[in-house]
Amino acid sequence: MPADRMPAERTAAAMVEPKAPPGPFAAFFRDFSENRAALIGLILLGLLVFVAIFADFLAPYSPIEQFREFTRIPPAWVEGGNRAFLLGTDEIGRDMLSRLIFGARLSLFIGLSVVVASMAVGIVLGLVAAFAPGWPSIVIMRAMDVILSVPSLLLAIVIVAIIGPSLTNTIVAITVVYLPYYVRLVRASAMQEKTRDYVTAARVGGAGTLRIMFKTVLPNCMAPIIVQAALTISNAILEAAALGFLGLGAQPPSPEWGAMLASAREFLQSAPWIVTEPGLAILITVLAINLVGDGLRDALDPKMRRS
Amino acid sequence: MFSFIIRRVLLVIPTFLAIAFLTFVAIRLVPGDPVEARTGERGISPERLAHFRHELGLDQPVWKQFLDYLWQIAHGDFGTSISTQTPILTEFTTLFPATLELAICAMLFATILGIPAGVIAATRRGTFVDYTLMGAALTGFSMPIFWWGLLLILFFSVDLGWTPVSGRIDLLYYFEPVTGFMLIDSWLSGQEGAFSSAVSHLILPTIVLGTIPLATIARMTRSAMLEILGEDYVRTARAKGLSPFRVVGIHALRNALIPVVTVIGLQVGALMAGAVLTEYIFSWPGIGSWLIESIQRRDYPVLQGGILLVSGIVIVINILVDLLYGVLNPRIRHAR
Amino acid sequence: MPLLEISDLTVDFKTGGGQFRAVDGVSLTVDRGEILAIVGESGSGKSVAMLAVMGLLPWTATVTARTLAFDGRDLLTLTPRERRRLVGKDMAMIFQEPMSSLNPCFTVGYQIGESLKVHLGLSKSERRQRAIELLDAVGIPDPERRLSAFPHQLSGGMSQRVMIAIALACRPKLIIADEPTTALDVTIQAQILELLVSLQRETDTGLVLITHDMGVVAETAERVSVHYAGQKIEEQPVAPLFEDPHHPYTAALLAALPERATGKRLPSIPGVVPGQFDRPPACLFEPRCRFATERCRTKAPPRQGAIAGFALCHYPLTHGRPIGHPHPEGREVAA
Repeated sequence: MPADRMPAERTAAAMVEPKAPPGPFAAFFRDFSENRAALIGLILLGLLVFVAIFADFLAPYSPIEQFREFTRIPPAWVEGGNRAFLLGTDEIGRDMLSRLIFGARLSLFIGLSVVVASMAVGIVLGLVAAFAPGWPSIVIMRAMDVILSVPSLLLAIVIVAIIGPSLTNTIVAITVVYLPYYVRLVRASAMQEKTRDYVTAARVGGAGTLRIMFKTVLPNCMAPIIVQAALTISNAILEAAALGFLGLGAQPPSPEWGAMLASAREFLQSAPWIVTEPGLAILITVLAINLVGDGLRDALDPKMRRS
Repeated sequence: MFSFIIRRVLLVIPTFLAIAFLTFVAIRLVPGDPVEARTGERGISPERLAHFRHELGLDQPVWKQFLDYLWQIAHGDFGTSISTQTPILTEFTTLFPATLELAICAMLFATILGIPAGVIAATRRGTFVDYTLMGAALTGFSMPIFWWGLLLILFFSVDLGWTPVSGRIDLLYYFEPVTGFMLIDSWLSGQEGAFSSAVSHLILPTIVLGTIPLATIARMTRSAMLEILGEDYVRTARAKGLSPFRVVGIHALRNALIPVVTVIGLQVGALMAGAVLTEYIFSWPGIGSWLIESIQRRDYPVLQGGILLVSGIVIVINILVDLLYGVLNPRIRHAR
Repeated sequence: MPLLEISDLTVDFKTGGGQFRAVDGVSLTVDRGEILAIVGESGSGKSVAMLAVMGLLPWTATVTARTLAFDGRDLLTLTPRERRRLVGKDMAMIFQEPMSSLNPCFTVGYQIGESLKVHLGLSKSERRQRAIELLDAVGIPDPERRLSAFPHQLSGGMSQRVMIAIALACRPKLIIADEPTTALDVTIQAQILELLVSLQRETDTGLVLITHDMGVVAETAERVSVHYAGQKIEEQPVAPLFEDPHHPYTAALLAALPERATGKRLPSIPGVVPGQFDRPPACLFEPRCRFATERCRTKAPPRQGAIAGFALCHYPLTHGRPIGHPHPEGREVAA
């Protein structure tokens, strides 16, 4: 469905009586909200985003402030817990809750940055590969093959090993890792759309190649790209945490969840909450995003829709 | 079919060359002097530096260096480790069976549980069973496996004391490796308890490494089955009065396996990535731990050679999966 | 006792937008050795009704009926296992899309042999023998070699012949053919129909032929049941139906046949079959009917007797004139 037609249909669907067939937006919204799991994911994700944005107001302490006399205090509800530290403190007396809250900001920032960067570059490269057959297409697609043939985390590790471990470099490395998925996806759907009649019509109508690429074809390739974006955010968060865990991502004292796990490993037995809490935070975040992603896919993919 | 294989293999050569080129360039991008990076020595005297530069071929033009590098690779020389002074290929071949053993077990675990789970979820679509299985699968799919590993260690090894924390076998047992696969070697050794020790060391790493493939396979099997259960030929099968088991388990599953095998193939790369984390957590002496240690020791030749070898293996496995795909899908088998 | 007896069959589908009634109170009978044609546009529920008889509808469908009996057995009370013993053995079905109705992963021989193994318990060599016989009977040359062919190696006509062979495998008493020739080339269509009818004559099976092609009906059927939007609107033996259709829809369908066109332009029926969201309140054909009156919009039409072809209409036609209609010359005149 062409994007410029949507607003009109939305108003139409809102006004007619309930017996009428649902318009595309209404159908999308119905399918999405009918999916209770996706709705739960969306609410969770909304909460996480809220926490991330207002971390400065919500967190009781600074994420790097050390309370030397309160090291390894268990969560408040466990024996020996302290109400001042709801989720306990870590090995050098930092408040776990505050660190987790600021960690949410970092993780979501990483996920979002990776998606924006890899999607933007991927769309341009993919469209070029689709519209410029011959050597540009060959060079781009072979380059993507190369990236794909190195296992994702290993590639990120190598890139970080070369350019040095830091949060920014983590984002760069993971962006490179996820680039091929967008390029392949955009190219495949653009190649398919290119042969459709409406593209020919636009061409006959005098539209230039650039206009056809971005204004005519791209909006019709967006559905799978959006689904891929949801998948990329969750995977980017996982991968960044893995790099942090290996000591190759965000560096201490940054409250990045993976890095928190790395420094806590030795306290697995004596202070398990230092290990379980950051991991649980990663799991919940990734799960929420994946729930939303699944909901998006089901609502956007007409094949999965109940007919 | 034969020309298909040839074409597939030929297409891989430029990819492999490009990876070789990138690793070749990458090692030059490492901050610091290349000689220092290669030898691990610091503050070398100018004479020794010149000597090393000559020995490492760094006084040659870059294109010549690259061709030399390719020539070495073609002869199986992937360089020498700085920290151990052992040829990288030798280290790789000693350590690779450990990773392969773990990867095979994880993949078997994922496939044996994942396909039935997906089939059951698809045939019970929209029921409690479906929601439970797919909820579990999505959780597995979202799992940070390094944390999952720690959690399993905490529960099964620390609290319950059922399984060992790290390594491939108890230090009690020693025998010369025959195949490199601990399960086979321990069994061949005939030492009492060796085999069960190897098995108990393998259980947790297998679960950790197999979790994401298991979730992926289950989800993929379900969606492939759902699509295929709506196909005309499934209706034909039901119109023959076949039992649901035959309809689902033979007619539908046989077709669903085609996309599922592709997904299993695509998991090979992810499996290598997961192996890095799994081996790191369980101190499993395989390729993953080796690569991480090489970074920690700044042993760049190992990283360079290791990545090249791992990528090569992933590429080869992907070709094998393509061939398997051809065997499973009669249309492709006959088209070539 | 008829071979197949259906009375008041209703099928509802659960959809995203609520319930949808695909088949609405249909009654039919088929006798041994008889050819019944079910005619209607796409969306008239003719295939769904027969899929309900076979028990092949998806889980979203709810089937209700007063009687649903085959060969003296009540299909509504059979257990799924008992029903599977009938389906594929005593009643078989042939589908519209031969190319996608055969499983791409198995050979022709396997797919024919499967029913023989499940229903008749034949041994491997017996199955092979019978499969060759069947392929020969449906006119496939070199049957022995074809046994090991995969569906993608066959043309559409060949695939449909294989489908017929599968249907005939256990010598069924009833064959339901759902638009068996629609997806085929025109030249192949006649061959396949001829084959079906000759096989039906030889074996004295009942044949239900679902089609939208009046030409096919005229050539093959003995009795015709016309369906519209899930309802049976008329039923007559083939000759009287063509001579004197009683329902305005049947009349319009026949008038749209190129062979019958009298003027310069081919007459057509305006509009489309009502869907889930635009179902008329009373007579379902009313919006497209040239004889429709206020009564047709407010009161569901009655079922006429055998003389009027069981037409579901307030003003059944006799030789083109609506009986009891306030303006027998039609809507145009009235307006």
